[in-house]
Amino acid sequence: MQKANSSQPFMPATRKSGARLAWIGRGFLLALALLVLIVLIRSFFDNPQLFAQIAISGLQLGFVYALIALGYTMVYGIVKLINFAHGDVFMAGAFVSFFAVSHFQLHRWPAAVFPGLPPILVTIIGSLTVILLSMVVCALMAVTIERVAYKPLRNAPRIAALITAIGVSFFLEYFGALNFVFSPRFIPYQRPFGVVTWYIYDGIHLVTEGHAPPQGAITFSNIAIIIMVVSILMQLSLQFLVRRTRIGKAMRATAFDKQAAQLMGINVDRIISVTFAIGAAFAGLGGVLYAIAYPSINTLLGVLPGLKAFVAAVLGGIGSIPGAFIGALIMGQAESLTAGYISTPMRDAIAFTILIIVLLVRPTGIFGEPEKEKV
Amino acid sequence: MELDPFSLLISIVKIAVVMAWVYGLLRVMGHASKWVKIGGVIALFAVVQIAILFPLNSPILNNFDTGLLFQACTITMVSLGLNLIYGFNGQFSLGQWGFYGIGAYTAADITYRWTNGDAGGLLVAGIGVVLIGLVILGLNRVLSRFRGLPVLSAFTLYLIGVAIAGAVAFFVGASLSPLLASLFGTSDVPGILRGDLAVQVVFVLSVLIAGAFAAEVAFLFGLPVLTLGSDYFGIATLGFTIVVNTLMVNSDTILPFPEMKGGRGMVGIPQVTTWFYAFVFLLGVVVVMRNVMHSSTGRAILSVREDETASKAMGINIANYKLLAFVTGSLFAGIGGGVYAHYIGFLSPGTFDFILGFNPLIIVVFGGLGSMTGTIVAGFFWMFFLEGMLRVLLGQLGTEAPTWRYVLYPITLLLMMLVRPKGLLGSVEWGFLKPRAVPRRETNQAANGLAGIAPVVK
Repeated sequence: MQKANSSQPFMPATRKSGARLAWIGRGFLLALALLVLIVLIRSFFDNPQLFAQIAISGLQLGFVYALIALGYTMVYGIVKLINFAHGDVFMAGAFVSFFAVSHFQLHRWPAAVFPGLPPILVTIIGSLTVILLSMVVCALMAVTIERVAYKPLRNAPRIAALITAIGVSFFLEYFGALNFVFSPRFIPYQRPFGVVTWYIYDGIHLVTEGHAPPQGAITFSNIAIIIMVVSILMQLSLQFLVRRTRIGKAMRATAFDKQAAQLMGINVDRIISVTFAIGAAFAGLGGVLYAIAYPSINTLLGVLPGLKAFVAAVLGGIGSIPGAFIGALIMGQAESLTAGYISTPMRDAIAFTILIIVLLVRPTGIFGEPEKEKV
Repeated sequence: MELDPFSLLISIVKIAVVMAWVYGLLRVMGHASKWVKIGGVIALFAVVQIAILFPLNSPILNNFDTGLLFQACTITMVSLGLNLIYGFNGQFSLGQWGFYGIGAYTAADITYRWTNGDAGGLLVAGIGVVLIGLVILGLNRVLSRFRGLPVLSAFTLYLIGVAIAGAVAFFVGASLSPLLASLFGTSDVPGILRGDLAVQVVFVLSVLIAGAFAAEVAFLFGLPVLTLGSDYFGIATLGFTIVVNTLMVNSDTILPFPEMKGGRGMVGIPQVTTWFYAFVFLLGVVVVMRNVMHSSTGRAILSVREDETASKAMGINIANYKLLAFVTGSLFAGIGGGVYAHYIGFLSPGTFDFILGFNPLIIVVFGGLGSMTGTIVAGFFWMFFLEGMLRVLLGQLGTEAPTWRYVLYPITLLLMMLVRPKGLLGSVEWGFLKPRAVPRRETNQAANGLAGIAPVVK
């Protein structure tokens, strides 16, 4: 008969240690990873141009997700709430810019006010105004949502707050889908600036009319570049805000320990509102960029990107800003590669497969610190 | 357009009658006398059956109302399952709709194949479900002897076992099905297996298989995922619903089921569900759920919700009870899906979209977390009030009005969470579902505590 383990004196002797069987689970994961790797390498050597093209579209997607994921990760870091309505704030950002551009021609205002301005400046200033407007509207919206729906439930069970968030999300989606608001149809989105496409084939060339890129060329557009640049800039400025400013310090303190922060004289309610506002402003920016990149919008636009960005935040380690960024880039690539090599509709499924695997293998994500206490 | 006051009145009366009927059913089922119990249930069943059939050319319950009734039965089954998972066991799940969809498609596929002269579907699914169940139970027996087994390893072992069992079932079922082919007859001369009775038997079997299959999927999915925290579990199950929906859209390309026709929707499912089947399956689900919840198993499930640490200290295997609740809830969802598929006769992935999957959640939250009565009442009320009355009445107001329903749902959900988070009925139970009083013990210890399933309301 087996001798009872000394650290567990009350366990029956017939029980065997299961830790010895851990290799089965690891082997399974390893096999899965190997399979994915083999498929990726084979596809790369099959057609490197196609692979690069898919990777570029994945980057574009990933940088948009990064903007949304920042909001999720900040809010979760501070109030421990999965802000379901975040994806709909993202949708609202797209719609605000749609109305600003298509109905009010806001992107043309510098030309109307200063007629002598060169067109390139008009486009830049006009587009920036549209983007800023979306960000401000989204921030106001998020603060309102937070005040009306989440604040009364701050001390309620987490699930009650989650259900409330789902309710808010639904409300925004279906209120927006009413005919006199946005209507449930897909609406063609008018970009505030034109698309310029280049291709790489013996150097970089501009794609012009009647001059299609040759077979095997990798194309990319100014939209992809803008998305990447803006997303990286925003990420850096957020890092600066959180690491270097007073309000960032207060946010970190609130995330670390809400009660202690309150005792130190930090207005926690205000910090939470600011966090919601910043996250929503980023989501609004993401919404504009997403609509520019995929110019067909409807009120359910934000649901799946929102969920995927949440998965990205979890993948990177929820609560961690660089983690959200890296996680979003991985998600963008995973989605793009799935769409390219497996099947287009399965790209929605891959996000959640990744989520489940990540939560099982490393629940704190790539950059997350191990959880110290169980909530 | 104007509201028609007469139709408003009729709708209100209809809802009142339905609510009274539900109340009566639960009361009668809880009656002490066996004969009153059986007679009452049969009488209440017959009342509706008569209302569906008579008068012959314009029955009291028209097609629309009958449809509402069947859908109320199915959504109540699904919501009861969700209440078991979320309300009683405290695991916030959004995956119920996915299991509902799995049940619907499984059952529909079996009967579809059967009516098209292919017994393979039934044989493979039946043998597969039984074999997989045996494998899971057997492995569970073996693996429970290992202490501290990593969940991933357990999952891998179950996966391998299930894959082997599935493969065996496929080959056995596929090789047996030609033996039955002669009994189907040809398209001109129907054989014995093509009769009405055979189809009904296959329907009942298919619904049970669908439920079991959904439960087995729930086991495999829940085993790793239930170890996650509450809100992560919610998102993971939401992801499950989305993945299932994606697979439905691609059922003819990624999955090898051309008859499901992917996103275009599956047609030609025999419409076998009658009021009898809907009622009996609902009754079965209610009775099983009530008996589970009134047993020691049910109390263990409840204790997991109330305090995991304390119940662990009492020797309750938390992981097992979470799994049990999840699997049972999914079983109900699968059965509900099977019944629904054979009522509607047409399945499209749009029905199982994750956005509609919040409907059972709304019902459970309305009815009260941890109240079976609440779920049943809310399920019927939801179907007849929101789907029946509001759709009709708002439809009279203009073309845009019906979309307002989806604005009203979340607002009510929000108000509910803000004002009364325990649900309308809280944990009140009626008649049959009421917990029995604990018999007085000689030690006099249990006398003060009202036991049974009345949960602690803080």
